Amino acid sequence: MLELATEQGKPLTEMDLADSPLAIRGLTVSYGEKPAVFSVDMTVQPGSMTAIIGPNGAGKSTLLKAALGVIKPLSGQVQVFGRPLDEQRAQIAYVPQRASVDWEFPTRVIDVVVMGLYRDVGLMGRLRKQHISRAQACLARVGMEDFADRQIGQLSGGQQQRVFLARALAQNAAIYLLDEPFAGVDAATEKAIISVLQSLRAEGKTVVAVHHDLATVAEYFDNVFLINTRKIAEGTVADAFTAETLQATYGGRLATAQVDQLALALG
Amino acid sequence: MLWDALLLQLGYNATLVAVGATLLGIAAGVTGTFLFLRKRALVSDAISHATLPGVGLAFIVMVLLGGEGRNLLGLLIGSAISAGIGLLCLNWLTRNTRLAEDAAIGAVLSVFFGFGIVLLTVIQSMSIGRQAGLEGFLLGSTAGMLWSDAVVIAIGGAVVLALITLLRRPMTMVAFDPEYAMAQGLPVNRIDLAMMGLVMAVTVVGLKIVGLILIVALLIIPPVTARFWTERAERVVLISGAVGGLAGYVGVAISASAPNLPTGPIIVLVSFVLFAISLLLAPGRGALAVLIRHLRFQRQVHMRQGLLALAQGQPIYESLTLRILRRAGLVRADGVATDAGKGRAAKALRDEKRWEVARADQAHEAAAQLYDGLRDIETVLTQDQIADIDRHIGGPQGIPA
Repeated sequence: MLELATEQGKPLTEMDLADSPLAIRGLTVSYGEKPAVFSVDMTVQPGSMTAIIGPNGAGKSTLLKAALGVIKPLSGQVQVFGRPLDEQRAQIAYVPQRASVDWEFPTRVIDVVVMGLYRDVGLMGRLRKQHISRAQACLARVGMEDFADRQIGQLSGGQQQRVFLARALAQNAAIYLLDEPFAGVDAATEKAIISVLQSLRAEGKTVVAVHHDLATVAEYFDNVFLINTRKIAEGTVADAFTAETLQATYGGRLATAQVDQLALALG
Repeated sequence: MLWDALLLQLGYNATLVAVGATLLGIAAGVTGTFLFLRKRALVSDAISHATLPGVGLAFIVMVLLGGEGRNLLGLLIGSAISAGIGLLCLNWLTRNTRLAEDAAIGAVLSVFFGFGIVLLTVIQSMSIGRQAGLEGFLLGSTAGMLWSDAVVIAIGGAVVLALITLLRRPMTMVAFDPEYAMAQGLPVNRIDLAMMGLVMAVTVVGLKIVGLILIVALLIIPPVTARFWTERAERVVLISGAVGGLAGYVGVAISASAPNLPTGPIIVLVSFVLFAISLLLAPGRGALAVLIRHLRFQRQVHMRQGLLALAQGQPIYESLTLRILRRAGLVRADGVATDAGKGRAAKALRDEKRWEVARADQAHEAAAQLYDGLRDIETVLTQDQIADIDRHIGGPQGIPA
């Protein structure tokens, strides 16, 4: 842990690619003929929490999905601990946006969490008691153990988000990629989620989250990755989350006063 | 007559058809559930209509090769090939053009069906082979069903069921959250293709009994029916299979009990009856249960609002509220609370306070989520927990006179 802590201070370019839990090189993703993400490099620090920040339509979710192999990129590479993504799927857990599924689907909370164990259970394997109890433990970790048998349609937005986080925890991966985990959730859920993420970091795991609330960036995250189709800045909050980089990312969309205020808050 | 039919006592052919239709119904209901959960139910309509050119071409090829044109296995293989081509066209259109899936379904369905009808018309004017009966594939025709036909259906249905048992969990995962499944490394495209392949197999196997126009009903109606009875995907699959099997069996029995009743359409009508019964009567999701719950809820709301009004000494204006309180013996005819009414009112007010405390405490989250302003707090918290909350609130507050 000590070593990791010193490494976080180093400039990103010095990182050895093989040590990075998630390294992206020259990634371009395009829907039709308009690139959503253009020639992006990203090197995630091990054992850190990184916020991906940018305006709407800046390609944040697209970057995440391409890193997961959910979207096929036009060009570029994704390496996980220095190896191709396809060999390392088990290392990456994904928490998609809450609104990406139909919550009327006929299933219970525990069944959703068990989906995170698919790699252990196998494509056609049998579900065993130990799998269920592991899923239960993950639910407990997000404070949802009493909800195991509820139908998912009965959950509030914040609870849905925590179920998705529990499903990712069940994978017991080294890297957690979250797509707007705090969007539309109540304060209690936000607190519960951030404390789980921080405990993951304390275990030496790596967290990357698409994040919208500029006010909480410095409080929650170690590193930031600013993107607006192209990469704007990457580094520690102190180095890369500045008035200049924010202005470059959001252009005129962020009022100058807002930027100054944030910069002031950051010191 | 119907009783005899239900007990399989109407002779060899009816028994053969009944067994075949039951197996087909089970296979279609189970397979259709995954299509329904994946929200791609109508793809089956495109697949089924795309079988027709294959039937015609297979007939022509078999006759040209000097064989018997009406060999069922040959016709089914032909129909499977053309349905497969239709499915590939559909997938290509949705993936590589800007057409939405519904438009692509419409295009594939009508073009293949039209081509198939042209082929059948040509065959009729060719005076080759014994062409009569090919139209039977449109709506099914069970009159001349052979033992070998039943065997083909039984084997096809069994294979489909075995494959679904193996693939049920990945197929459910893909239906619920395809992107997550893909991120986990599941071969989502191949799983989707396998699902469509199974639908194709059911369609082809069902051509003889219900025909290509109505097979879609056997794939869609049973899962929709089953959905009324349960909130769990595995059970939707099982119930859907049971509904399909029952519809197949009863449908054949009814059509065998009187002359000139077409088997396939009767099976579809029976499954519709099961659907209608579920829609109305299923506990939980059925229309009647929803209505009863709504009325009971409304009563509870009025009761609770009335009690809180009594506890706080406010006047009650709504006549429904007064009527409900009066019928429960909580207020007198002149609107003044009885002793029982005063007791209940005080408890209602106190419960409101207890809920307030419980809802503010993250430790009670699961219970607090059940708060709807109506539920008695002792149904979700233990006596000890309530005592805790009461300590938090302070001593009991007197019942207002």
